[in-house]
Amino acid sequence: MRELDAKTITENVAEMCKEAAYYLPEDVVAALKKGRETEKSPAGQAVLDQILKNAEIAKTEDRPYCQDTGMVIVFLEVGQDLHITGGDLNDAVNAGIAKGYVDGYLRKSVVGEPLFNRVNTKDNTPGVIYTKIVPGDQLKITIEPKGAGSENKGGVRMLVPADGVEGVKKAVMDIVLHASMNPCPPTVLGIGIGGNMDRACVMSKIALTRAVGSHNPDPRYAKLEDELLELVNQTGIGPQLGGTTTCLGVNIEWGPTHIAMLPVAVTICCHAMRHKTRTL
Amino acid sequence: MAEPIRIHTPFTAEDSKKLHIGDSVLITGEIYAARDAAHKKMTEALAAGEKLPIDWHDKMVYYLGPTPAKPGDPIGSCGPTTSGRMDAYTPTMLDQGIKGMIGKGSRTQAVVDSMKKNGVTYFAAVGGAAAYIAKSVKKYEVIAYPELGPEALAKLTVEDFPAIVVIDCEGNNLYDINQKKYRTLKGY
Repeated sequence: MRELDAKTITENVAEMCKEAAYYLPEDVVAALKKGRETEKSPAGQAVLDQILKNAEIAKTEDRPYCQDTGMVIVFLEVGQDLHITGGDLNDAVNAGIAKGYVDGYLRKSVVGEPLFNRVNTKDNTPGVIYTKIVPGDQLKITIEPKGAGSENKGGVRMLVPADGVEGVKKAVMDIVLHASMNPCPPTVLGIGIGGNMDRACVMSKIALTRAVGSHNPDPRYAKLEDELLELVNQTGIGPQLGGTTTCLGVNIEWGPTHIAMLPVAVTICCHAMRHKTRTL
Repeated sequence: MAEPIRIHTPFTAEDSKKLHIGDSVLITGEIYAARDAAHKKMTEALAAGEKLPIDWHDKMVYYLGPTPAKPGDPIGSCGPTTSGRMDAYTPTMLDQGIKGMIGKGSRTQAVVDSMKKNGVTYFAAVGGAAAYIAKSVKKYEVIAYPELGPEALAKLTVEDFPAIVVIDCEGNNLYDINQKKYRTLKGY
């Protein structure tokens, strides 16, 4: 059985947190540049110019491109033939988050308890960790540090089968129009369709680990991604101050559901679409 | 976009009246960072009849929680946070004499009414442009509530801080006008 030291996991997660905060993914940069070319609103053009300049400064100087460096979502795919030694897996991941956020001068944005006494944990832990056991002897780690400005504007709608494709579109547009300019557009939408309420939400997060401009392998869902992108870009919300570049990409993930259900979850991500994957 | 207008603090109701939606501005002087937790503490202090850590008269508030500064830097990345989360506290705070707010996103009608009453201008900085905006910040000093970490009340000394007027003191709203202008959506 292959062995993997918990310390290696910690070191890798720490590096991934810093890289995710400093370097805007190239697919997002390319989509922003494309949006700048087609943007009709002068105010929107100025916002896109500033966002692109900002990404360049962050990358060159190793600085967070947004001050909200997020709460870290972690997807672990653990090979069933892998033996993790020298410590607990979740502790190792959280130690990596703490190290990355402290050493990388990232903002600590997590409070330990949500309602009565919101005290900052001071090291951005805990992360939100989802673990899946898979065949093999490797560990695949994907992190998605997610800011709250856009996260606050997402939503889930428990549709019924009769609502169909048009119902899904209405649900997505309702969430997008309600969010308006608040989630720092241009955005990327992660959409989960099917499953149950919680599964739909998790799928909407998994959708955001895919590159902007990529498509769902099922052509029916790929077509829906394109149709939704076009609709969102007709809202006029634009790059914060109004315009035609509201959204850079729509990524859909779907899963089996109950005969009575059609859940739709929308996670809105700002242009600071952070995600990193490493396989150990 | 027209040439930006240079404005300085203290920022008075007279200064505020001169600005209109769509004006690009470069702010020089001192602005004060406060967000959710600091607003809660300040409004609770006022309700208890206590004095606030600073006199807000003719000052500008910036809805911000920065990243920590790297060694040798005055501040870390420091873009605006969503203003709407402060709306519940804002009319109370504007009654304390604030004349400018810097943030991003929509405000409630109660906030706009209070802006009109108090002669306040609301500016947007570009959400997510935090490393770029940091270049205009020369000094960051925590004034109160250090236990809040990134949410502490702090004074920022800024030079040519870039922002745009999105709601002016007459209640005109750039977001509404521009969204309508570019909206082609039918049926949703």
